Amino acid sequence: MKYKSQKVAYWFFALCMLLLVLQIVYGFIMGFARVGMDGLHDVIPFNTARAVHTNLLVVWLLTGFMGAAYYIIPEEAQQELVNVKLAYVQLISLAVVGVVAVVGYHFNYWEGRKFLEIPRELDFLVVVNVLLFLGLILATLWKGKRKTTTAIVLTMGLLFAALLYLPGMIWFDSQVTDAFFRWWVVHLWVEGVWELIMGGILSFLLIKLTGVDREVIEKWLYVIVGLTFLSGILGTGHHYYYIGVNKIWLVVGGIFSALEPLAFLAMALFAINMYRKGEKSHPNKLAIFWTIGAAIVSFIGAGVLGFAHTLPQTNLYTHGTLVTAMHGHLAFWGAYAMIVLAIISYAIPNLTGRKRHESTQGKLAFWLSNIGMIGMTTAFGVAGVAQVYMERKMKMEFMDVQNEISIHFVVLILCATLFATGIILYIYEFIKYGKPTDEALEAKLS
Amino acid sequence: MLSKSQARAFFLGGTAVTFLIFIGLTVYSLSPKNDQTNHQNIDEKVVRGKEIWESNNCMGCHTILGEGAYYAPELTKVYERRGEGYIKSILTSPIPWGPKGRKMVAYKMNNADADAVIAYFKWIGEINLNGFDQVVSPLSKEK
Repeated sequence: MKYKSQKVAYWFFALCMLLLVLQIVYGFIMGFARVGMDGLHDVIPFNTARAVHTNLLVVWLLTGFMGAAYYIIPEEAQQELVNVKLAYVQLISLAVVGVVAVVGYHFNYWEGRKFLEIPRELDFLVVVNVLLFLGLILATLWKGKRKTTTAIVLTMGLLFAALLYLPGMIWFDSQVTDAFFRWWVVHLWVEGVWELIMGGILSFLLIKLTGVDREVIEKWLYVIVGLTFLSGILGTGHHYYYIGVNKIWLVVGGIFSALEPLAFLAMALFAINMYRKGEKSHPNKLAIFWTIGAAIVSFIGAGVLGFAHTLPQTNLYTHGTLVTAMHGHLAFWGAYAMIVLAIISYAIPNLTGRKRHESTQGKLAFWLSNIGMIGMTTAFGVAGVAQVYMERKMKMEFMDVQNEISIHFVVLILCATLFATGIILYIYEFIKYGKPTDEALEAKLS
Repeated sequence: MLSKSQARAFFLGGTAVTFLIFIGLTVYSLSPKNDQTNHQNIDEKVVRGKEIWESNNCMGCHTILGEGAYYAPELTKVYERRGEGYIKSILTSPIPWGPKGRKMVAYKMNNADADAVIAYFKWIGEINLNGFDQVVSPLSKEK
């Protein structure tokens, strides 16, 4: 670590780990409910478990992005964070809002809009919290000695993510208009501005881990984020095919969402090529695993599996089925969860001054979580395709189909157990590193 | 070979152009002449139904217009498929509805709220979904 204020990132990462564990617990509650083991139904019905599961995903990833920014921006700007105390205030208030939201979901305190269940009053607190975060990042960047492309792309991603939260706060009488603008938030986040954040973190990690010239990496960063927006903005149309808006989206959404895998392919090729060109001498092999892994798995999960059901002719049958859950799980894992775990793996040795680069638990964490998640994705995929044929082609009743495919959820639970074991090992490693220390400042392990 | 400034121009230019097209298409598809939702039929009852739908996070189990949680049946065509009486009995039931082993929360709605949710389902069921309405609920089309 080069700047003392980077230590604040550690506590964001610690909150990430806690929220990730909770997300997995609620995932298991849903998995067991799907095979008929719903003993918690009276306390945690499925809709509560799902709201908690998806919202915790969003919150832990955002917490990870914020931690990443607090680590990366001082180093890129060559400037201590302008106000460390306010960064801690931001962290605590973020945690409080998150806890209130999660507890509230158990008492019907929510908005009931997929992914944006946080009730309106808490929405305003989220806005204040994010404004404080952005203020600190922008002020640090402004005061800094240099303004690198990596820092600017990362900050732009975070800024646009905040701005795009606003359309989701508008009330509409029509379910169709409501869904239309809800996708402005959800799609333009995950298939737009979050990719800027991912690109920024990936660029930072590749510069540090491969030793390749910054100018080369940042040039390709522009190309990748350019491809992301070129395809991703109009690709929003794939959510508008069958929700009650004009047919023009079938054409526009079909063409541009079919191009979306290009950005992820470019990102995978970019990461692999930079690694090949690099010195391969960085001792933190685990960070390299997670970084290159994120670029490859995001291409498979977000790119390939997204393409599998993005064309209107296919989506007519797969829309509203478990095929979406298949794509969603591997896409979020590869693109966002893995890049957050990558920056944590890189930052923790630097923040604590300890080296556990050859740890067996660390390697097992990577492989078990990835194999587990690929197994889960396969289980969702098989269940989803079977559901499409039985429900949409053979015209069977919903619950008859659900009973037929329940065996795939047994497989899902087994694979989720493998995945969870990997995550537990990752957290064990995180704890073993201990807390950040000023002594690490002199060590300069980067 | 591509320079960094050319790459930046590609990013900024491509983003600006596609965003402007996106805004244009949004205005076009939401304009009243392109309405496919019978927007004029959204009355106080339908709006109340939507509020109840959201305040109970029905989308956390069911799907509607193909969006939701895939745990409980798709409800886009439920009004046509099941009819008013069937839906009302579930919404007002004091005991949890649990067909074929999967439980639903007992919402114990009063008549006015149940009627509002039914009005909301009726409005949803009449939306032109570009062909999805025939795929999502073939049972209703066979009647």
